[in-house]
Amino acid sequence: MIDVKNLEKSFEGHQVLKGISEHISKGEKVAIIGPSGSGKSTFLRCLNLLEEPTGGTITFEGVDITDPKNDINKLRARMGMVFQQFNLFPHMTVKQNITLAPVKLKLMTKSQADKKARELLERVGLPDKANAYPKQLSGGQQQRIAIARALAMNPDVMLFDEPTSALDPEMVGEVLEIMKELADEGMTMVVVTHEMGFARSVATRVLFMDGGVIAEQNDPETFFTHPQNPRLKEFLSKVL
Amino acid sequence: MNFTQLYEQFSALEDPGFWQQSYMNFYRAWFEGNRWQQYLEGLCTTVLVTILALCIGVVLGIVVAVIRTGHDQQRKGRHNPILAVLNLICKVYVTVIRGTPMMVQLLIMGFVVFKSSRNFTLVGALSLGINSGAYVAEIIRGGLMSLDPGQAEAGRSLGLGYLDTMRHIVVPQAFKAILPALGNEFITLLKDTSLISVVAGKEIVYFAQAIVSRTYEAMWPYLITAAMYLILVLIFTWLQGKLERRLRASDRR
Repeated sequence: MIDVKNLEKSFEGHQVLKGISEHISKGEKVAIIGPSGSGKSTFLRCLNLLEEPTGGTITFEGVDITDPKNDINKLRARMGMVFQQFNLFPHMTVKQNITLAPVKLKLMTKSQADKKARELLERVGLPDKANAYPKQLSGGQQQRIAIARALAMNPDVMLFDEPTSALDPEMVGEVLEIMKELADEGMTMVVVTHEMGFARSVATRVLFMDGGVIAEQNDPETFFTHPQNPRLKEFLSKVL
Repeated sequence: MNFTQLYEQFSALEDPGFWQQSYMNFYRAWFEGNRWQQYLEGLCTTVLVTILALCIGVVLGIVVAVIRTGHDQQRKGRHNPILAVLNLICKVYVTVIRGTPMMVQLLIMGFVVFKSSRNFTLVGALSLGINSGAYVAEIIRGGLMSLDPGQAEAGRSLGLGYLDTMRHIVVPQAFKAILPALGNEFITLLKDTSLISVVAGKEIVYFAQAIVSRTYEAMWPYLITAAMYLILVLIFTWLQGKLERRLRASDRR
């Protein structure tokens, strides 16, 4: 589904990603962990071109998204993204947040989108918040809305950029619960996270990034019980 | 007893006191020969020029701001040469307008560029609009840049294009943020209309000066002028406050 070849990204001379090649198949739930500054968020943001790679190619469903000739907006519409800071639109109600893109991109009519929004709000457990503004909601509720907003586009893959890092500890659970349900339904997911428990129980594969490369990857069981890379061993000993 | 009778009564006095003299000066500045009509005519021109200049300024400002931010936010490897030229023009425009005094711009527009035009008021409105556009552009650009980039990223990640993201997500929020600065600029613009008298634009100051040259008494005509501007600004500030409260609806917790 997503095929990454020799991905490189530099910020003004500082190389953050040093040639990453990775394949993510349909239905996989890939967790990416690693110390801060290791490039894991940059890697994720490259996948939908929020960061422009400086080298290498990314192919999504057979289309090279790094080729400027391809319409990135069409491709992004099929990739949902959830941000650390939620990034809900504060000047719109919850319902407007969810229905904006599907309606503007003419994927749904207004009434279809409203219906979809109601279903999604039901699904994330906030059916009564349709007309609330984001600032009236808690962080956990906002992040659940952000997930609903991404799902409204019926994406083929969901990208999560540290979705629980900006939340109060007591709200982490409710967001992870939604993500777990999503995983159980078969959604392809790429999750940058610090939640080791989540990575272990939900992911089908865990990647460890360090210094701009994928230093180690494995199925979650082996990954956490028999780490090989010394940096990973050290990292796990600190966070577990 | 009406104003005229009172005036005639005071004029007959051999040695009028301070207040009586003041009243007579005021009478000459306001009532005599129905001069108040001239102030009101000037006031209408001022309002008209302000509205015209405002429209020109806002349109110019938006165009320049969109071109400049659009140019700065292009995807790498996708530089549009037309946009680069437009951006350069916008930069020169903003630099020249901000770097020269309003008065000098008016003089150049009135006596050089539109030397043969007799429509002084329109020339004045055009100059003010062009001037205001540069400031409005910078205010808008500041507002667009001050917004959390995550907002635009969220819009783009949903598949919305650059213009849709601007229109539905960035601009509405930026507008709320820049409203105080924009209001400030509009008040400056409103007051700067007084300068168009130098190119014979017939607004309040133009008439006030004419009246001074008739009555040889400057205090009242200029105080009246000041009061009129003050009232206009107060009305505008009140409207702006109303708008700001309305836009704050989504801030309620």
